Amino acid sequence: MARIVGGLTTSHIPAIGNAIARELFEDPYWRPFFDGYPPVRQWLDQVKPDIAIVIYNDHGLNFFLDKQPTFAVGAAAEYRNEDEGWGIPTIAPFKGDPAFSWHLINSIVADEFDLTTCQEMAVDHGFTVPMQLFWPNYAELGIRTVPLCINTVQHPLPSPKRCYALGKALGKAIASYPGDEKVVILGTGGLSHQLDGERAGFINKKFDLMCMEKIVDDPEYFLDMSILDLVRDAGAQGAEFILWLTMRGALNATVKEVHRNYHLPISNTATGLLCLENVD
Amino acid sequence: MTAAEPIFGTTIFDGAMAVKGYPLNKMCYSFNRKENRDAFLADQEAYMDKYGLNDGQKQAVRDKIVLNMIAEGGNIYYLAKFAGIFGLNVQDVGAQQTGMTVEAFKEMLRKQGE
Repeated sequence: MARIVGGLTTSHIPAIGNAIARELFEDPYWRPFFDGYPPVRQWLDQVKPDIAIVIYNDHGLNFFLDKQPTFAVGAAAEYRNEDEGWGIPTIAPFKGDPAFSWHLINSIVADEFDLTTCQEMAVDHGFTVPMQLFWPNYAELGIRTVPLCINTVQHPLPSPKRCYALGKALGKAIASYPGDEKVVILGTGGLSHQLDGERAGFINKKFDLMCMEKIVDDPEYFLDMSILDLVRDAGAQGAEFILWLTMRGALNATVKEVHRNYHLPISNTATGLLCLENVD
Repeated sequence: MTAAEPIFGTTIFDGAMAVKGYPLNKMCYSFNRKENRDAFLADQEAYMDKYGLNDGQKQAVRDKIVLNMIAEGGNIYYLAKFAGIFGLNVQDVGAQQTGMTVEAFKEMLRKQGE
């Protein structure tokens, strides 16, 4: 049976994609951020996952407001990156695994989460930046991916509780896949940031550090929070923390923290990196 | 705390805002494609007419005032594509919305890490 080796979290903002394209790894502004990643890449080199499930939100590349699914999953053989309008270079496509995707879809819908299924899906920075950070050589490596896209653009957004439960259904689906694949789950976005309004630039370090602490050993702490609670405490785009909670729901109750890094600011954002290993 | 309690300087982009801002956001969504960015720059008024922006939306676009575009239903992810046409990133946009210089805005962000 397939098994989940662990979960990762990372920011996914486009400024990171731009810094990668310009190779600013040693730049004094960027270094404290990029220096967090090599220990996670070492862990990935050891566990060698076959498939990455990337939980992210689309920012107006694949979906427009004409059709805005709450939960959408990719079921394509390949996912393309495309021009998003403001200039990070388009990068090589990502490999998919339709049979694996359809297994997930069948199992998760049977668990009463009514997913939107996508046989064609363009992936934006929310997906590509985390993949580049964890697997700079993803194209040669040929790691297979499944995009799991959650609406954080147009309210109402799904609640922390609902996303955590989706994660549980995802974990169950993976465990019932009749292969020997090793799967890693990426919860992307966050931590606190706000791009819009007079409150732009809002960051809440205290709340972020609490999130990084609690999500490891006490993720159910967050389940009674509302989306507006998250917006208030983490900023309008900090509500992306629901993507982390979805990842955490898929892992076991007990996880081992392999690595963490918290750094701010990168662009307008506080960035949180976690590497959690599943413990049986 | 109650769900109805407003959050300072924050517009929740909900159904009502999504309806109000639909033409503006649809225009900005079109800017994913270079030929559309070029067409907008070639004739902004004609391009706004094509997408059916109302007068308030058109004026906010002409003025490039992000807070006004948000008040007209603009969503920040779509507005970022508009800003990108003019070479503005989210820090430029943040500075404009908070009435700061870009340097002061960056310093405000940095200080929150202390």
